[in-house]
Amino acid sequence: MADDAKPRVRVPKTASAGEIVTIKSLISHKMESGQRKNADGTLIPRSIINRFTCDLNGVNVIDIAIDPAVSTNPYFEFDARVDASGTFTFTWYDDDGSVYTDTAEITVG
Amino acid sequence: MRSHIATLAASAALGLALTGAAVADPVEDSLTVITEDGELEIVTRTAAPDHLKDVLPTIYSGWHYREDETRALQRDDFDNPGMVFADRGHDNWNAEIGTGGESCASCHGGPESMKGLRAVTPRVDAKTGKLMIIEDYVNACVTERMGLEAWGVTGDKMKDMLALISLQSRGETVNVAIDGPAAPFWEKGKEMYYTRYGQLEMSCANCHEDNTGQMIRADHLSQGQISGMPVYRLKDAGVVSAQQRFVGCVRDTRAETFKAGSDEFKALELYVASRGNGLSVEGLGVRH
Repeated sequence: MADDAKPRVRVPKTASAGEIVTIKSLISHKMESGQRKNADGTLIPRSIINRFTCDLNGVNVIDIAIDPAVSTNPYFEFDARVDASGTFTFTWYDDDGSVYTDTAEITVG
Repeated sequence: MRSHIATLAASAALGLALTGAAVADPVEDSLTVITEDGELEIVTRTAAPDHLKDVLPTIYSGWHYREDETRALQRDDFDNPGMVFADRGHDNWNAEIGTGGESCASCHGGPESMKGLRAVTPRVDAKTGKLMIIEDYVNACVTERMGLEAWGVTGDKMKDMLALISLQSRGETVNVAIDGPAAPFWEKGKEMYYTRYGQLEMSCANCHEDNTGQMIRADHLSQGQISGMPVYRLKDAGVVSAQQRFVGCVRDTRAETFKAGSDEFKALELYVASRGNGLSVEGLGVRH
Protein backbone atom coordinates (compact mmCIF):
# COMPACT_ATOMS: atom_id res chain seq x y z
CA MET A 1 0.00 0.00 0.00
CA ALA A 2 1.32 3.36 -0.99
CA ASP A 3 1.73 5.20 2.31
CA ASP A 4 0.77 8.58 0.87
CA ALA A 5 -2.60 7.53 -0.54
CA LYS A 6 -5.39 9.45 1.13
CA PRO A 7 -8.86 9.62 -0.43
CA ARG A 8 -11.03 12.75 -0.27
CA VAL A 9 -14.56 13.25 -1.55
CA ARG A 10 -17.04 16.07 -1.60
CA VAL A 11 -20.75 15.24 -1.87
CA PRO A 12 -23.61 17.62 -0.99
CA LYS A 13 -25.29 16.60 2.28
CA THR A 14 -28.81 17.07 0.93
CA ALA A 15 -30.58 17.02 -2.43
CA SER A 16 -34.11 17.02 -3.77
CA ALA A 17 -35.43 13.86 -5.41
CA GLY A 18 -34.17 13.54 -8.98
CA GLU A 19 -31.63 16.33 -8.51
CA ILE A 20 -28.33 16.16 -10.36
CA VAL A 21 -25.51 16.78 -7.91
CA THR A 22 -21.84 17.43 -8.57
CA ILE A 23 -19.36 15.12 -6.89
CA LYS A 24 -15.67 15.81 -6.50
CA SER A 25 -13.07 13.22 -5.64
CA LEU A 26 -9.34 13.29 -5.16
CA ILE A 27 -6.80 10.79 -3.94
CA SER A 28 -3.25 11.74 -3.07
CA HIS A 29 -1.05 9.30 -4.94
CA LYS A 30 2.31 9.64 -6.65
CA MET A 31 1.06 8.02 -9.92
CA GLU A 32 4.50 6.85 -11.02
CA SER A 33 4.10 6.28 -14.76
CA GLY A 34 6.66 3.48 -15.17
CA GLN A 35 8.38 5.41 -17.94
CA ARG A 36 10.76 7.48 -15.86
CA LYS A 37 14.29 6.48 -14.94
CA ASN A 38 16.08 7.13 -11.69
CA ALA A 39 19.60 8.53 -11.32
CA ASP A 40 21.16 5.12 -12.08
CA GLY A 41 19.28 4.84 -15.35
CA THR A 42 17.04 2.03 -14.18
CA LEU A 43 13.34 2.20 -14.78
CA ILE A 44 11.18 3.25 -11.83
CA PRO A 45 8.41 0.64 -11.69
CA ARG A 46 4.90 1.75 -12.55
CA SER A 47 2.70 2.45 -9.55
CA ILE A 48 -0.60 4.09 -10.31
CA ILE A 49 -4.26 3.99 -9.40
CA ASN A 50 -5.65 2.03 -12.36
CA ARG A 51 -9.38 2.15 -11.68
CA PHE A 52 -11.83 4.39 -9.87
CA THR A 53 -15.49 3.63 -9.27
CA CYS A 54 -18.40 5.33 -7.57
CA ASP A 55 -21.62 3.55 -6.55
CA LEU A 56 -24.82 4.95 -5.08
CA ASN A 57 -26.76 2.42 -3.02
CA GLY A 58 -25.07 -0.40 -4.90
CA VAL A 59 -25.83 1.05 -8.34
CA ASN A 60 -22.78 2.04 -10.33
CA VAL A 61 -22.50 5.76 -11.11
CA ILE A 62 -19.12 5.88 -12.81
CA ASP A 63 -16.32 3.41 -13.53
CA ILE A 64 -13.09 4.85 -14.82
CA ALA A 65 -10.06 3.03 -16.23
CA ILE A 66 -6.93 5.09 -15.48
CA ASP A 67 -3.74 4.93 -17.51
CA PRO A 68 -0.21 6.16 -16.81
CA ALA A 69 -0.75 9.56 -18.45
CA VAL A 70 -2.93 10.67 -15.54
CA SER A 71 -0.89 12.87 -13.25
CA THR A 72 -0.20 12.93 -9.52
CA ASN A 73 -3.15 13.14 -7.12
CA PRO A 74 -5.90 12.20 -9.63
CA TYR A 75 -9.00 14.38 -9.34
CA PHE A 76 -12.37 13.45 -10.83
CA GLU A 77 -15.46 15.61 -10.87
CA PHE A 78 -18.73 14.20 -12.19
CA ASP A 79 -22.50 14.48 -11.85
CA ALA A 80 -24.94 11.95 -10.44
CA ARG A 81 -28.73 11.89 -10.27
CA VAL A 82 -30.04 11.21 -6.79
CA ASP A 83 -33.54 9.72 -6.49
CA ALA A 84 -33.42 8.57 -2.87
CA SER A 85 -31.31 8.99 0.26
CA GLY A 86 -28.33 6.72 0.45
CA THR A 87 -24.60 6.23 0.50
CA PHE A 88 -22.06 6.97 -2.16
CA THR A 89 -19.22 4.48 -2.09
CA PHE A 90 -15.95 5.45 -3.75
CA THR A 91 -13.28 2.89 -4.56
CA TRP A 92 -9.76 3.37 -5.87
CA TYR A 93 -7.72 0.36 -7.09
CA ASP A 94 -3.93 0.56 -6.78
CA ASP A 95 -1.49 -1.31 -9.04
CA ASP A 96 -0.06 -2.99 -5.95
CA GLY A 97 -3.41 -4.56 -5.15
CA SER A 98 -4.41 -2.07 -2.46
CA VAL A 99 -7.97 -0.84 -2.51
CA TYR A 100 -8.89 2.48 -0.93
CA THR A 101 -12.50 3.30 -0.15
CA ASP A 102 -14.44 6.26 1.11
CA THR A 103 -18.15 6.82 1.64
CA ALA A 104 -20.48 9.81 1.84
CA GLU A 105 -24.13 10.00 2.88
CA ILE A 106 -26.71 12.04 1.03
CA THR A 107 -30.22 12.78 2.27
CA VAL A 108 -33.08 13.40 -0.12
CA GLY A 109 -35.57 15.71 1.53
CA MET B 1 19.16 52.83 -41.62
CA ARG B 2 19.99 53.45 -38.01
CA SER B 3 17.19 55.97 -37.63
CA HIS B 4 14.83 53.51 -39.33
CA ILE B 5 15.68 50.85 -36.77
CA ALA B 6 15.29 53.39 -34.00
CA THR B 7 11.82 54.28 -35.31
CA LEU B 8 10.89 50.62 -35.45
CA ALA B 9 12.15 50.09 -31.94
CA ALA B 10 10.25 53.14 -30.75
CA SER B 11 7.00 52.01 -32.34
CA ALA B 12 7.52 48.51 -30.98
CA ALA B 13 8.02 49.97 -27.53
CA LEU B 14 4.92 52.09 -27.97
CA GLY B 15 2.95 49.08 -29.13
CA LEU B 16 4.13 47.18 -26.09
CA ALA B 17 3.15 50.02 -23.82
CA LEU B 18 -0.30 50.25 -25.40
CA THR B 19 -0.86 46.50 -25.19
CA GLY B 20 0.37 46.62 -21.63
CA ALA B 21 -2.09 49.37 -20.79
CA ALA B 22 -4.98 47.35 -22.18
CA VAL B 23 -4.40 44.49 -19.78
CA ALA B 24 -2.54 46.40 -17.13
CA ASP B 25 -5.03 46.53 -14.35
CA PRO B 26 -5.51 43.84 -11.78
CA VAL B 27 -8.75 41.95 -12.36
CA GLU B 28 -11.77 43.32 -10.54
CA ASP B 29 -12.97 40.36 -8.52
CA SER B 30 -13.48 39.28 -4.95
CA LEU B 31 -12.49 36.09 -3.17
CA THR B 32 -14.72 33.93 -1.02
CA VAL B 33 -13.26 30.55 -0.20
CA ILE B 34 -15.39 27.46 0.41
CA THR B 35 -13.74 25.71 3.34
CA GLU B 36 -14.71 22.70 5.43
CA ASP B 37 -16.17 25.13 7.97
CA GLY B 38 -18.20 27.16 5.51
CA GLU B 39 -17.42 30.25 3.47
CA LEU B 40 -14.64 32.65 4.30
CA GLU B 41 -14.19 36.17 2.92
CA ILE B 42 -10.62 37.03 1.99
CA VAL B 43 -9.51 40.64 1.65
CA THR B 44 -7.49 40.82 -1.54
CA ARG B 45 -7.69 44.58 -2.10
CA THR B 46 -7.49 47.38 0.41
CA ALA B 47 -6.01 50.79 1.13
CA ALA B 48 -2.23 50.77 1.43
CA PRO B 49 -0.62 51.02 4.87
CA ASP B 50 0.64 54.50 5.81
CA HIS B 51 4.26 53.87 4.90
CA LEU B 52 3.28 52.87 1.37
CA LYS B 53 0.33 55.06 0.45
CA ASP B 54 2.40 57.69 -1.36
CA VAL B 55 3.67 55.14 -3.90
CA LEU B 56 0.79 52.65 -4.10
CA PRO B 57 -2.60 53.96 -2.98
CA THR B 58 -4.29 50.54 -3.16
CA ILE B 59 -2.70 47.20 -2.45
CA TYR B 60 -3.77 44.05 -4.29
CA SER B 61 -3.06 40.42 -3.58
CA GLY B 62 -1.26 38.65 -6.41
CA TRP B 63 -4.49 36.67 -6.82
CA HIS B 64 -5.90 39.61 -8.85
CA TYR B 65 -3.15 39.25 -11.44
CA ARG B 66 -3.85 35.65 -12.41
CA GLU B 67 -6.22 34.13 -14.96
CA ASP B 68 -9.83 33.17 -14.26
CA GLU B 69 -8.99 29.45 -14.08
CA THR B 70 -6.13 29.97 -11.65
CA ARG B 71 -8.20 32.27 -9.42
CA ALA B 72 -11.04 29.73 -9.42
CA LEU B 73 -8.76 27.06 -7.93
CA GLN B 74 -8.42 29.15 -4.79
CA ARG B 75 -12.16 29.57 -4.27
CA ASP B 76 -12.70 26.04 -3.04
CA ASP B 77 -10.38 24.09 -0.76
CA PHE B 78 -11.29 20.91 -2.56
CA ASP B 79 -9.96 22.36 -5.80
CA ASN B 80 -6.88 23.96 -4.21
CA PRO B 81 -4.02 21.55 -4.99
CA GLY B 82 -2.01 22.98 -2.10
CA MET B 83 -4.29 21.34 0.46
CA VAL B 84 -2.66 17.97 -0.22
CA PHE B 85 0.60 19.47 1.01
CA ALA B 86 -0.99 20.99 4.11
CA ASP B 87 -2.49 17.56 4.86
CA ARG B 88 0.94 16.03 4.54
CA GLY B 89 2.16 18.69 6.96
CA HIS B 90 -0.60 17.67 9.35
CA ASP B 91 0.56 14.04 9.22
CA ASN B 92 4.07 15.25 10.10
CA TRP B 93 2.64 17.44 12.87
CA ASN B 94 1.29 14.34 14.57
CA ALA B 95 4.29 12.12 13.80
CA GLU B 96 6.44 11.24 16.81
CA ILE B 97 9.75 12.04 15.18
CA GLY B 98 11.74 13.55 18.07
CA THR B 99 14.63 11.68 19.67
CA GLY B 100 12.48 11.43 22.81
CA GLY B 101 9.36 10.48 20.88
CA GLU B 102 8.10 14.08 20.70
CA SER B 103 5.74 15.29 18.01
CA CYS B 104 4.59 18.86 17.29
CA ALA B 105 1.25 17.82 18.73
CA SER B 106 2.70 16.57 22.02
CA CYS B 107 3.73 20.14 22.95
CA HIS B 108 1.41 22.35 20.95
CA GLY B 109 -1.79 20.31 20.70
CA GLY B 110 -3.59 20.76 17.37
CA PRO B 111 -2.22 22.93 14.56
CA GLU B 112 -4.94 25.49 15.39
CA SER B 113 -2.68 26.53 18.28
CA MET B 114 -0.66 28.31 15.55
CA LYS B 115 -3.61 30.55 14.69
CA GLY B 116 -2.52 34.11 14.11
CA LEU B 117 1.20 33.43 13.75
CA ARG B 118 1.34 33.88 9.98
CA ALA B 119 -0.30 37.31 10.21
CA VAL B 120 2.42 38.75 12.45
CA THR B 121 5.58 37.08 11.15
CA PRO B 122 8.34 37.88 10.41
CA ARG B 123 8.69 39.31 13.90
CA VAL B 124 11.46 40.03 16.37
CA ASP B 125 11.70 37.39 19.08
CA ALA B 126 11.40 39.14 22.45
CA LYS B 127 13.95 36.86 24.15
CA THR B 128 16.73 36.67 21.59
CA GLY B 129 16.18 39.90 19.67
CA LYS B 130 16.47 37.97 16.41
CA LEU B 131 14.17 38.41 13.45
CA MET B 132 12.19 35.18 13.13
CA ILE B 133 10.27 33.74 10.19
CA ILE B 134 7.99 30.74 10.68
CA GLU B 135 10.72 28.49 9.31
CA ASP B 136 13.00 29.64 12.16
CA TYR B 137 10.40 28.75 14.75
CA VAL B 138 9.93 25.31 13.21
CA ASN B 139 13.66 24.68 13.12
CA ALA B 140 14.08 25.90 16.70
CA CYS B 141 11.62 23.20 17.77
CA VAL B 142 13.13 20.57 15.50
CA THR B 143 16.68 21.10 16.74
CA GLU B 144 16.27 22.20 20.37
CA ARG B 145 13.20 20.32 21.53
CA MET B 146 13.27 17.29 19.26
CA GLY B 147 17.03 16.89 19.01
CA LEU B 148 17.01 16.48 15.23
CA GLU B 149 19.03 17.94 12.39
CA ALA B 150 17.52 21.22 11.19
CA TRP B 151 15.13 20.90 8.27
CA GLY B 152 16.11 22.57 4.98
CA VAL B 153 14.45 25.99 4.80
CA THR B 154 12.95 25.23 1.40
CA GLY B 155 12.69 21.45 1.83
CA ASP B 156 9.42 19.60 1.39
CA LYS B 157 8.96 18.88 5.09
CA MET B 158 9.44 22.53 5.96
CA LYS B 159 7.11 23.81 3.25
CA ASP B 160 4.39 21.29 4.15
CA MET B 161 4.60 22.48 7.75
CA LEU B 162 4.66 26.12 6.65
CA ALA B 163 1.52 25.49 4.59
CA LEU B 164 -0.24 23.88 7.56
CA ILE B 165 0.74 26.68 9.96
CA SER B 166 -0.15 29.48 7.52
CA LEU B 167 -3.53 27.94 6.88
CA GLN B 168 -4.45 28.36 10.55
CA SER B 169 -4.30 32.15 10.12
CA ARG B 170 -6.31 32.25 6.93
CA GLY B 171 -8.61 35.26 6.76
CA GLU B 172 -6.73 37.16 9.46
CA THR B 173 -5.36 40.58 8.59
CA VAL B 174 -1.64 40.81 7.91
CA ASN B 175 -0.20 43.07 10.58
CA VAL B 176 3.56 42.78 10.97
CA ALA B 177 5.23 45.20 13.35
CA ILE B 178 7.63 47.64 11.68
CA ASP B 179 8.48 49.83 14.67
CA GLY B 180 10.28 49.22 17.94
CA PRO B 181 12.77 46.35 17.79
CA ALA B 182 11.66 45.52 14.23
CA ALA B 183 12.60 48.97 12.89
CA PRO B 184 16.26 48.27 11.98
CA PHE B 185 15.32 45.02 10.21
CA TRP B 186 12.52 46.78 8.37
CA GLU B 187 14.86 49.58 7.24
CA LYS B 188 17.33 46.98 5.97
CA GLY B 189 14.57 45.17 4.09
CA LYS B 190 13.34 48.41 2.59
CA GLU B 191 16.83 49.29 1.41
CA MET B 192 17.09 45.87 -0.25
CA TYR B 193 13.73 46.35 -1.93
CA TYR B 194 15.02 49.45 -3.70
CA THR B 195 18.54 48.16 -4.41
CA ARG B 196 19.31 47.03 -7.94
CA TYR B 197 20.83 43.54 -8.07
CA GLY B 198 22.40 41.42 -10.75
CA GLN B 199 23.63 41.92 -14.27
CA LEU B 200 20.20 43.23 -15.20
CA GLU B 201 20.44 45.78 -12.39
CA MET B 202 16.87 45.40 -11.28
CA SER B 203 15.37 46.04 -7.89
CA CYS B 204 12.17 44.57 -6.51
CA ALA B 205 10.59 48.00 -7.00
CA ASN B 206 11.43 48.14 -10.72
CA CYS B 207 8.95 45.37 -11.42
CA HIS B 208 6.54 45.37 -8.52
CA GLU B 209 6.17 49.10 -7.93
CA ASP B 210 7.24 51.02 -11.06
CA ASN B 211 5.73 48.55 -13.51
CA THR B 212 3.10 46.72 -11.54
CA GLY B 213 0.24 45.68 -13.79
CA GLN B 214 2.42 45.70 -16.92
CA MET B 215 3.40 42.58 -18.80
CA ILE B 216 7.01 41.41 -18.62
CA ARG B 217 6.96 39.13 -21.62
CA ALA B 218 4.16 36.67 -20.72
CA ASP B 219 4.03 37.52 -17.03
CA HIS B 220 1.55 39.94 -15.53
CA LEU B 221 3.53 41.85 -12.91
CA SER B 222 1.80 41.88 -9.55
CA GLN B 223 2.65 44.12 -6.62
CA GLY B 224 4.79 41.30 -5.26
CA GLN B 225 2.60 40.88 -2.19
CA ILE B 226 3.29 37.79 -0.08
CA SER B 227 -0.04 37.62 1.76
CA GLY B 228 -0.86 34.53 -0.32
CA MET B 229 2.40 32.79 0.50
CA PRO B 230 3.10 29.97 0.68
CA VAL B 231 1.37 29.37 -2.62
CA TYR B 232 0.72 26.29 -4.68
CA ARG B 233 2.43 27.12 -7.94
CA LEU B 234 1.05 25.32 -10.98
CA LYS B 235 4.34 25.65 -12.82
CA ASP B 236 6.20 23.78 -10.07
CA ALA B 237 3.34 21.44 -9.09
CA GLY B 238 4.34 22.23 -5.54
CA VAL B 239 4.33 24.72 -2.71
CA VAL B 240 6.54 27.81 -2.96
CA SER B 241 7.45 29.90 0.09
CA ALA B 242 8.29 33.60 0.14
CA GLN B 243 11.94 32.82 0.84
CA GLN B 244 12.07 30.54 -2.17
CA ARG B 245 10.37 33.14 -4.36
CA PHE B 246 12.91 35.77 -3.31
CA VAL B 247 15.72 33.46 -4.44
CA GLY B 248 13.89 33.03 -7.76
CA CYS B 249 13.39 36.76 -8.27
CA VAL B 250 16.96 37.77 -7.46
CA ARG B 251 18.28 34.90 -9.61
CA ASP B 252 16.18 36.25 -12.48
CA THR B 253 18.15 39.50 -12.28
CA ARG B 254 21.20 37.33 -13.03
CA ALA B 255 22.64 37.87 -9.58
CA GLU B 256 24.26 35.53 -7.11
CA THR B 257 21.39 35.34 -4.67
CA PHE B 258 21.27 35.42 -0.92
CA LYS B 259 20.31 32.09 0.60
CA ALA B 260 16.76 31.25 1.57
CA GLY B 261 16.51 31.84 5.29
CA SER B 262 19.47 34.28 5.31
CA ASP B 263 19.37 37.45 7.41
CA GLU B 264 19.03 39.48 4.22
CA PHE B 265 15.97 37.63 2.92
CA LYS B 266 14.38 37.56 6.36
CA ALA B 267 14.64 41.36 6.53
CA LEU B 268 13.24 41.53 3.01
CA GLU B 269 10.37 39.25 3.97
CA LEU B 270 9.52 41.59 6.86
CA TYR B 271 9.52 44.61 4.59
CA VAL B 272 7.52 42.94 1.80
CA ALA B 273 5.04 41.55 4.34
CA SER B 274 4.60 45.07 5.76
CA ARG B 275 3.63 46.32 2.29
CA GLY B 276 0.68 43.95 2.58
CA ASN B 277 -0.46 45.06 6.05
CA GLY B 278 -4.24 45.14 5.68
CA LEU B 279 -4.65 42.23 3.25
CA SER B 280 -5.86 38.85 4.49
CA VAL B 281 -3.57 35.91 5.02
CA GLU B 282 -4.61 33.53 2.25
CA GLY B 283 -2.98 30.55 3.90
CA LEU B 284 -2.38 28.76 0.69
CA GLY B 285 -2.75 30.81 -2.45
CA VAL B 286 -2.79 29.36 -5.95
CA ARG B 287 -0.67 31.01 -8.63
CA HIS B 288 0.88 29.94 -11.88
